[in-house]
Amino acid sequence: MENTSRSTRECSGKEGCDHVELAKRIINGNIRAASRLIRDLEDDVLQAKETLKHIYPHTGRAQVIGITGSPGAGKSTITDELVSAFREKENKVAVLAVDPSSPFSGGAILGDRIRMQRHASDPDVFIRSLATRGALGGLSNAVGSAIHILDAMGKDRILVETVGVGQQEVDVINHAHTVIVVLVPGMGDDIQAIKAGIMEVADIFVINKAHRDGTRRLQKELLSLLDLKGECPGEWKPPVILVDDVLNKDTFNENIATLCRTIEDHHQHLVRTRLLEKKLEKKAVVEILGVLRSSILGPIVKELQATGEFDDMVSRVMKRQNDPYTLVEEVKGNFLRNGKG
Amino acid sequence: MERKIRIMVAKPGLDGHDRGARILARCFRDAGFEVIYTGCHQTPEQIASAAIQEDVDLVGLSCLSGAHKYLFPKVVELLKEQGAEDIAVIGGGIIPEQDFDLLYKAGVKEVFTPGRSLESIVDWIRENISVQ
Amino acid sequence: MYFPKDLLDKSKALTKKWEDQVKRLTQKNADQKQRWSTVSDLEIKRLYTPEDIEHMDFERDVSVPGEFPFLRGNQPTGYRGRYWTFRMFSGMGTAKETNKRWHMLLKEGQTGLSTAFDFPTLMGYDTDSPIARGECGKCGVAIDTLEDFLQLVDGIPLDQITTSMTINPPATVLWAMYCAAAELKGVGLDKIGGTIQNDMLKEFIAQKTFMCPPEPSVKLICDTIEFGTKFVPRWNTVSISGYHIREAGSTAVQELAFTLRDGVEYVESTIKQKGLDVDDFAPRLSFFFNSHIDFFEEICKMRAARRIWARIMRDRFKAKNPRSWWMRFHTQTAGCSLTAQQPYNNVVRTAVEALAAVLGGTQSLHTNSLDEVLCLPSEHAVEIALRTQQIIAEETGAANTIDPLAGSYFVESLTNTMEEKACEYIEKIDDMGGMVSAIEKGFPQMEIADAAYHYQRQIDRGEKVMVGVNKYVGEEKSLIPLVEIDEKIEEEQTKSLQAVKRKRNGKLVVESLNSLKKACREGENVMPYCIEAVKNLATVQEICDVYREVYGEYHDPGLF
Repeated sequence: MENTSRSTRECSGKEGCDHVELAKRIINGNIRAASRLIRDLEDDVLQAKETLKHIYPHTGRAQVIGITGSPGAGKSTITDELVSAFREKENKVAVLAVDPSSPFSGGAILGDRIRMQRHASDPDVFIRSLATRGALGGLSNAVGSAIHILDAMGKDRILVETVGVGQQEVDVINHAHTVIVVLVPGMGDDIQAIKAGIMEVADIFVINKAHRDGTRRLQKELLSLLDLKGECPGEWKPPVILVDDVLNKDTFNENIATLCRTIEDHHQHLVRTRLLEKKLEKKAVVEILGVLRSSILGPIVKELQATGEFDDMVSRVMKRQNDPYTLVEEVKGNFLRNGKG
Repeated sequence: MERKIRIMVAKPGLDGHDRGARILARCFRDAGFEVIYTGCHQTPEQIASAAIQEDVDLVGLSCLSGAHKYLFPKVVELLKEQGAEDIAVIGGGIIPEQDFDLLYKAGVKEVFTPGRSLESIVDWIRENISVQ
Repeated sequence: MYFPKDLLDKSKALTKKWEDQVKRLTQKNADQKQRWSTVSDLEIKRLYTPEDIEHMDFERDVSVPGEFPFLRGNQPTGYRGRYWTFRMFSGMGTAKETNKRWHMLLKEGQTGLSTAFDFPTLMGYDTDSPIARGECGKCGVAIDTLEDFLQLVDGIPLDQITTSMTINPPATVLWAMYCAAAELKGVGLDKIGGTIQNDMLKEFIAQKTFMCPPEPSVKLICDTIEFGTKFVPRWNTVSISGYHIREAGSTAVQELAFTLRDGVEYVESTIKQKGLDVDDFAPRLSFFFNSHIDFFEEICKMRAARRIWARIMRDRFKAKNPRSWWMRFHTQTAGCSLTAQQPYNNVVRTAVEALAAVLGGTQSLHTNSLDEVLCLPSEHAVEIALRTQQIIAEETGAANTIDPLAGSYFVESLTNTMEEKACEYIEKIDDMGGMVSAIEKGFPQMEIADAAYHYQRQIDRGEKVMVGVNKYVGEEKSLIPLVEIDEKIEEEQTKSLQAVKRKRNGKLVVESLNSLKKACREGENVMPYCIEAVKNLATVQEICDVYREVYGEYHDPGLF
């Protein structure tokens, strides 16, 4: 393996470094360089975006699969099995596992990779844990950038795993071409969660631990919800796949094989119906909006906060001395004319 | 620009006594660090490559089985081999003092044994580890 | 009602008077600290009075030794008939060395053997497995094949000495070796006695020595219970353990509750899976508790344990045989209470903990050695630990009378409180659908992790004291000689394993492993197949790989 730790570290995040060289290293599959860059992008290091520019032309090849569901549903186990299944086909695989940050300390315990550690020393599997960090929209950008980096590294499949609650997670999962929602019987509030938004994004449902009581009921509820959605001819109807890993490894392996086939079917469907193009178009829109927000709005807000102007604005609005519209017009005038943004 | 310290807490070897490792993982989270927890029963190879993929600043190893003399130096060695000697390695668990020197010489930065307060470990990290 | 009304009235009046006095005094001089609690942070009152136990019923809740609910012990004769078994846990390096240590312990007056295995053996790997590097013989004895096992029990009369084996995922394998060794020595299976720990639930909950997922793990345990019931009647096929739960940082109540709920799970599963009657096998279930540093809390925990179990067995499972109601348990003093700092203090801690176990009525006891927090115990340290038990038994008078603390307002009240709190947990786990499903939800794991973190914070803040660690910290280091395991053992053990592999009949090995695999797939009892495989010199890992292949592997879910 190429020894690049120093140069990567020195280059990344600093001005005047050779972004072309770094991008090349990543495209050649250098893990250290890639993981460094993902970190820099997560930390919002400005210079890191330079490197990303050189990486971008090499992206757009990988299939991105999202895996979501409530805590304890067994997402990581499913992810881990999918990694194995894809490795058997000699696909190069990456996993991005998102876990929440503590709202109190800002720290996080990222424990998803624990279930995938058997792949840790496989050089063609790259697993990266990300914390939500609570920055508005930031997570989705970081995940988007990470996907580009892994894509450029030559990964064939990129699995994005996240807890299925909240807008932030839905944004993250929108990076995926195919979204799998993992459920488990007996957790009670699953159906509520599905109604609350995951339903819209799900392409495939998995009922995990399907030997348990309540599997049939969950399956029935799910199917009737899906029926409620109505069905147009030629439209993809999310299949419900039962997976059971208890007492019989053989059936479990069959279940996973079915899941893999369904992922493939869905992909073919996306290609055939040109939905993939639409998805990619939507992704491009989201991505541009995200970058606009982070590179124009972000610096403006940062500067306003740094100079104390932001607090000032808040207090003026509160005292009804000004309205937010006028204030923002002023800001717009200042910043955009000066070209600061 | 805020850079978060990322720490991997790992248990190499076959012992599953994870009380200390888990307490530390929680404590690090509460100190505002991002912790990647690999769980028990990890080989040095798994730990080293995970540390690189996760781009951590520090790897904290915990071992209570007595196999630390092989396992800790092995992790340091593997990180070095893979061009990641800048990732610091610290260790803890049931480590007799007579083994400290061997571990330091092998490149382990610090050894924490039972009785060290959580606060002092966090302080050590804040003093010695920074995101480069 | 425990007391007559006039006595209670008098007591209430006097207590009131005392309370007023205390109030006056503490206004002048405040107490040293505001809150007094056990090491588990269970709050303790300044004084206990008859009122605290007024609702008890003597016959229902206390009674006499040998009578339901066995609060005061299973044996009507207490320790006068015989003391508890002095059972020191030991194992180190090779089978040969451990065998030597065993002969030494038997000569010194130990009355039962107890085996510690090294980590590769405990996890179902052979010494030459890549994942086993650096571990061989470190924490116990390395066993790869029946050859090693025969060396381990060399010269030990298997029909006279009972042997406890601390082994969990590969329990079927090591027990099969014991059975095979007995057969080879001409001792019938009905003559051998001992215990395999074989308690997987607490591994998922606390100690994390696991191999297959919870459900198949429980299935294997049911197999051993069934096999023991039918063919090895003197064997305790499962030692339902709270020890490790406590070492992982649980409170005393959690230890009590989770252990007993594990017991319930095994009983339920055996009845359901094997169709056995509860009275067929319940008398051979045994338990294993921790004796921590909080003297009274431990005593009460053990007393409560007997009473809860008796009630569960009689009322929940409708067991009719009084022996099914008995909770028989082994105790070990708390490893986690020992300190590497000022290690000689550990002798004192262990003595106090051992005394608590005896007053709690344990049937069997291991006392930790002062150096166990640093390394495997030296012979000298083991001797002190064993002598500690002998001193308690024969000098202190603690064994003179049965359950001497019964009737103490405090002890009875704390016993009741712990029973109530434990039963709340048990109910909660019942509501979750049992222990396996509670484990899958991470419930007991999280409860323990919270308690462990809470305790560590208390230590850091000085709210709880560990002498030599956060108070009375000494300057000078007291150096004690440490036992080191020769790194060469790994090489030797690997060589001897390879030699066995060369000389054995490979065809027979493959055949017996295939039959075992078939038995696993078809849900048959694995024990006969396992015995056959070990006799053919299949290794621990080869057999465990069959389990891993058929049942799958369990990995640390890493819940926080």
